[in-house]
Amino acid sequence: MAEQSDLQHLPLHDLHVELGAKMVPFAGYAMPVQYPAGVMKEHLHTRAHAGLFDVSHMGQVSVTGGDWATLAGGFERLVPADILGLKEGRQRYALFTDPSGGILDDLMVVNRGDSLFAVVNAACKSADLAHMTASLPELTVSEITDRCLLALQGPEAEAALAALNPEVAEMRFMDMRVVTLAGVECWITRSGYTGEDGFEISVPAEAAPALARRLLEDARVLPCGLGARDSLRLEAGLCLYGHDMDTATTPVEAALHWSIQKVRRTDGAREGGFPGADRILPQLTQGADRLRVGLRPEGRAPMREGVQLFETETAESPIGTITSGAFGPSVQAPVAMGYVPTALAMAGTDLFAELRGKRLPVRVDSLPFVPANFKR
Amino acid sequence: MKFTEEHEWLRPEDDLIVVGITEHAAEQLGDIVFVELPEVGTEVSKDDECVVIESVKAASDILAPLDGEIVEVNDPLVDDPGKVGEDPMGEAWFFKIKPSDPSQMDDYMSEAEYNKMIG
Repeated sequence: MAEQSDLQHLPLHDLHVELGAKMVPFAGYAMPVQYPAGVMKEHLHTRAHAGLFDVSHMGQVSVTGGDWATLAGGFERLVPADILGLKEGRQRYALFTDPSGGILDDLMVVNRGDSLFAVVNAACKSADLAHMTASLPELTVSEITDRCLLALQGPEAEAALAALNPEVAEMRFMDMRVVTLAGVECWITRSGYTGEDGFEISVPAEAAPALARRLLEDARVLPCGLGARDSLRLEAGLCLYGHDMDTATTPVEAALHWSIQKVRRTDGAREGGFPGADRILPQLTQGADRLRVGLRPEGRAPMREGVQLFETETAESPIGTITSGAFGPSVQAPVAMGYVPTALAMAGTDLFAELRGKRLPVRVDSLPFVPANFKR
Repeated sequence: MKFTEEHEWLRPEDDLIVVGITEHAAEQLGDIVFVELPEVGTEVSKDDECVVIESVKAASDILAPLDGEIVEVNDPLVDDPGKVGEDPMGEAWFFKIKPSDPSQMDDYMSEAEYNKMIG
């Protein structure tokens, strides 16, 4: 683990400290894991009202060069998603895949007309930039380092943000607009990673503390840390890179087949053409051997990452592993995700998990644990 | 009352020692969502893991501070683990141990020493 002194401080660091955040090392940055309210309250407040998250550690990337066909066509060599068909001002979830069909990272991509705007995971940022730069020699890939990224999430996020500019209320899920907030030009997407309606706001770094303070003046908005972000995304059944997916996981195994639009699939107009297509496309039609599923431990004990799953109470060999698990504050019970053989992936299947030497019952459940609340 | 470096408090009660975690530890752990207590009658050695406490985010263990036998556990905590955050020094004790070597208590800190340690 990095020493505190090796950690980079992001522009909102002083504000977090002032708000009483507990700062922890995350992907090389000092990041707020929780504020004095605590993970449970932050989580529940976000589901009921609005939570403000600093996600400035994530990578903001601009890809430019040529017209849309050149840009999007080039980018499609790296992801199985339909980028060419993405309309201007719209955002889409995509995956960087590798030649064996594994996942290098997950990302959000926006068509900005004259450029692509992508948000990638903090821990994968430098590898993603190198990958894009090497694979897209005809395009210019640049990290945007002078902007912060805030996520305002929850059913009251719209009202809180509309108080600064009513235009945001016109946005639908996955829209992107350039909107002025408190006198500053922000790039806003109606998206997030909590399962709630909300916005991600890319704001010039020097204006970020003032904007964050302005949002926090609203009684509906509570500052929330990475702890609540993690429990929210888990309840929402969303994958965390490096945990629920990695290079050993294909998009089909991770149940992210929905991120591969028809046009890129077998018999689609632009079939394949992305790394690992020869492994991923057959899996889309024939299925994978294992699948990511939701898991509901029966008792009160949370089952966390690394806990092994067994088909029966006495089976010798594990059939799978939990990749994310915690207590779900909204569900008021432990929830988890993990990989099981496809034959055991049906909701309602009873399995066992080995926790501290004991086999405890766990049931396969459908995802998400908490229904999404997006404004489509 | 004595304190361990692992943020446990030890309160003598007749010939037993009541064990819980300090307010400082409860604060550090955050929202407690699960507590697993040892079984009454378990013989433990000093530093055996005997309680599991889980917050939303992480699991931690409480170690037996003394050699002895677990003679009583605070069962209501299992159904109301949040109590640990609300009243760690009072109602939310974990277990009572009958020490086989009461002199082991001498190794632990006084309240003043503990407060100095946590600064």
